[in-house]
Amino acid sequence: MTVVFSMFLLTLLLITAIAVVHAGNLFVAVMLSGIFSLLLALNFFLLDAADVALTEAAVGAGISTVLFLGALSLTTDREKSPSPHRLLSLAIVAVTTLAVIMGTLDKPSFGDPEAPVQVHVAPWYLETTREAIQIPNVVTAVLSSFRGYDTLGEVFVVFTAGIGVLFLIGRHSGTKPQDIGPPHGEPSGLRHYLIPRLIGRMLVPFIMLFGLYVQFHGEYGPGGGFQAGAIIAASIILYALLEGEKRALQVLPRSVLVGMISGGALLYSAVGVAGMLMGGNFLDYSVLLDDPVKGQQIGIILIEAGVGITVTGVLLSIFHAFAARGRF
Amino acid sequence: MNLAYLLDILSWILMTAGGFFVFVGGVGALRMPDLYTRMHAASVTDTVGPMLVVAGLLLQSGLSLPSVKLLGILFFLLLTGPTASNALASAALLAGKNPEYARRMDEPADGEKAE
Repeated sequence: MTVVFSMFLLTLLLITAIAVVHAGNLFVAVMLSGIFSLLLALNFFLLDAADVALTEAAVGAGISTVLFLGALSLTTDREKSPSPHRLLSLAIVAVTTLAVIMGTLDKPSFGDPEAPVQVHVAPWYLETTREAIQIPNVVTAVLSSFRGYDTLGEVFVVFTAGIGVLFLIGRHSGTKPQDIGPPHGEPSGLRHYLIPRLIGRMLVPFIMLFGLYVQFHGEYGPGGGFQAGAIIAASIILYALLEGEKRALQVLPRSVLVGMISGGALLYSAVGVAGMLMGGNFLDYSVLLDDPVKGQQIGIILIEAGVGITVTGVLLSIFHAFAARGRF
Repeated sequence: MNLAYLLDILSWILMTAGGFFVFVGGVGALRMPDLYTRMHAASVTDTVGPMLVVAGLLLQSGLSLPSVKLLGILFFLLLTGPTASNALASAALLAGKNPEYARRMDEPADGEKAE
C-alpha cells in the first residue's frame, strides 16, 4: 500500500516539476514549487522521515514561497525569453541526467536490509542512544550529539546565508525603509480585510505555541530547532502580512534579529567550547554535568535552542530585507 | 464485537463520503466557468470533505488523545479554509475580476470563454 502511495506521490511530483519548468508566469511557478515541496514532504513522511517532512513543509512550502513572492515583488513575474544556447543547455542537462542515473545503478535497492546505511553505523546509533542519551527520538540524538559537527556546520551555513542576504539587500543599500510603503494615515498590511485579519491574528499565538512545542519536544517526537525556527518565523511573517511590516519590526526590531542570528550560532559554539573547558572534546556534552546522560540531554536542549534562534533570526531578517525594498 | 463492526462500517462510509466531496470539489475546480464559481466548488474540499473524513477517523480512534488532535486539526481547517477562500475572493474582486461573468455564461450556448 505504501508503495502505491509513494508511486502516486512521486508521479505527482514529476508532473509538478515539469509544470514548474513550463510555467512562463513566475508567480505560477512559485505556487507550483510550494505544491512540489508539500508533495515532497508527504513522500518523506511515507518513508518514516517525519523530521525531514516537517522541515520540508515548513521551509519549502511555507517560508520560501513567501520569500520568492517577496523577490517577485521586486522584479517581474514574467520569465525572460529563453537564451540562444538552448542546444548547449539541453546537452549539459542530458549528460548530467545520465550521470545521475548511472550513479543510482550501483545503489542498493529500496528498503534493502543489507544496504550499507542499515548495517554500518545506524545500529550503533540506535543502541547507543538508548544507553548514553536516553531520549526517544534517535534522529535528534544523531543530529545534535553524534553528528554535532555537521549540524554546527549547517547552522553556520544558515548564518552565512543570512549575513550574505543582508549584505546584498540589507537596509543600508538603496532607499531608507521608512520612505517606502503606504503614506501616513493609510493602513498598511491587510488591515482593510476584516476576516483574514481577525482569523490571522487569532492564529498567530497558536502557531507560535506550536513552534515552541516543536522546539522543546524535539527529543521526544519529530521536531527540533530548524523546524521550530521556521514555524516561529512564519508566525511573525503572518503578523507582518496582516498588520504591516512596521508593526512586526516593533515586536522584533532589526537589531534584535541580528543579535539572534549571531547569538544562536554563538550559543551552539559556546556549548562546544564549554565541553572542551570541562575536560571533554569539542561538542562532547557528557562532561557538562556530573551525570553523562543528563549532560547529553542538557547539551542537546541548548544547541537546539541555538539552532532555533539562528534560524528564526535569519528567516525574519531575509523577509524584512525584501519587505523594506518593495511594497509587501 | 458487533458494535465494533458497525462502527467500522459507519466510519468507512463517512470517510468515503468525505473523499467523494473532495473529489467533487476537484472536478468543480476544473470544470466551473470562472474564478468565483470555481472557488465555490473548491471550498467544499476545505469544509465538508475534512468534516466527514475526520468524523470517520474519530469513530476509528474512539476516546483517545489522537481524537483530541483530530478535532484540533478539524478546528484549524474549518477556521483557515474559509478564511483563505474569503481572502482569495476579495483579492480577486479588488483586482477587478467581474463576478457577473458567471451569470452571463447562461446566455451563450457554447462553453467557450467569451470575455
